[in-house]
Amino acid sequence: MKAVLWGTRGSLGSASAETVVYGGDTSSVELVTSRGTILVLDAGSGVRRLGAAVPADVKRVDLLLTHLHMDHIQGLGFFGPMYNPNIETHVWGPASTNATLRTRLSRYLSPPLFPVCVRDLPNVFFHDVMPGTFEIDDATITADFICHPDPTLGYRIEADGASIAYMPDHEPALGAELPYRPDPEWTSGYCIARGVDVLIHDAQYTEAEYLTHVGWGHSSMRQTTAFATLAEVGQLVSFHHDPSHSDSMLEEIAEKISTDENLRFKFFPGKEGVEFHVGRCC
Amino acid sequence: MTPSNTTNTVGEPSTPRQSTQQAIELILLRQWASYIKTPIWITSADGYLLFFNEPAEQIIGIRFGESGPMPVNELVSRFEIRDEYGAPIEAQALPLAVAVAQRKPAHSRLRVRAVGGEYVPIAVTAFPIEGQGGRFLGAVAMFWEDRKA
Ligand SMILES: [Zn+2]
Ligand SMILES: [Zn+2]
Repeated sequence: MKAVLWGTRGSLGSASAETVVYGGDTSSVELVTSRGTILVLDAGSGVRRLGAAVPADVKRVDLLLTHLHMDHIQGLGFFGPMYNPNIETHVWGPASTNATLRTRLSRYLSPPLFPVCVRDLPNVFFHDVMPGTFEIDDATITADFICHPDPTLGYRIEADGASIAYMPDHEPALGAELPYRPDPEWTSGYCIARGVDVLIHDAQYTEAEYLTHVGWGHSSMRQTTAFATLAEVGQLVSFHHDPSHSDSMLEEIAEKISTDENLRFKFFPGKEGVEFHVGRCC
Repeated sequence: MTPSNTTNTVGEPSTPRQSTQQAIELILLRQWASYIKTPIWITSADGYLLFFNEPAEQIIGIRFGESGPMPVNELVSRFEIRDEYGAPIEAQALPLAVAVAQRKPAHSRLRVRAVGGEYVPIAVTAFPIEGQGGRFLGAVAMFWEDRKA
């Protein structure tokens, strides 16, 4: 399985001279299995370039939305495959008690917020996802609600003998008192991340910033590494960087983590444009 | 152009969980319960007592840290419960049991006596907990010492 990080920024697009290394586009990750199945994780602003890179002969693309906060859907209207009648686009996202995924996305994809309506898209299918497991071609997806304001899913993707967990917006410490009293039974997201080869996880705040953002739905780097340790993951990719964090600041944080001798997993910082492979590959 | 948008739902509410991790709704409920002064019990969908907070410990005289999770009936058997007039009451008539079994709210005035203690008059209100997608996740009971009223 190949993974490409097309957007790693959190909350707000942040292109500037200070963010060229880690990138300014918001959450979007592409996974491609050895059989050519294309899974797109979130439609932040990074999904525009991702969509442009989808080969013309592709017949189907599956877009898995963790939640509907703007930084995860703002690229939706600029995702090329959705306008191509020859490509089936399947959009998966958290079920809600109040309205279907299609209805909720229509609030954004309709005037006056956007000139194109959902009904104008030629070959798009919507799937309201509840906690559970489902198959997309050769990939097995497990979804579960995780700790973040408004219904939010974490995804575990298994294919090619490998597993990737994706939780870009996640505050497990709110329920589990990480890193002080880790308990798998009472830790949000544990069953999604348990034992995965790669965990792509929220690392929005410094420790000091977290103290003034408790309950906002994000993690500090220390909480993220505690969660990754608890879940016994193989590798951690930091993700959803705060818009105010410059490349130099993020490099400093990454350096600190990378040199921690107690780390029980490999760490690599989530930088825009990075590509990696896990398990069998295409 | 033919509109072909369709909607369907995957992952039915009855999908079994694959690990011992609790649903996020219960995790957040427990966190909240651990912060408030009102005594609270939380049970799973099958009536297993998952958590009670420190104020609840004071009423029933049992520490959660020592007892851990257990079937509600087992916990109830460890102290005495009467109705508000002092008559014995069946375990299945208790508000929490009604909320789990019948999935509806229930309220009672009771008297509770911990081992070696005296009867404490309490009011109990229990609610079933429905999560996203209408998943039945368990029930919560909140207690109020009646003499405070
Ligand atoms: Zn976000
Ligand atoms: Zn969010």
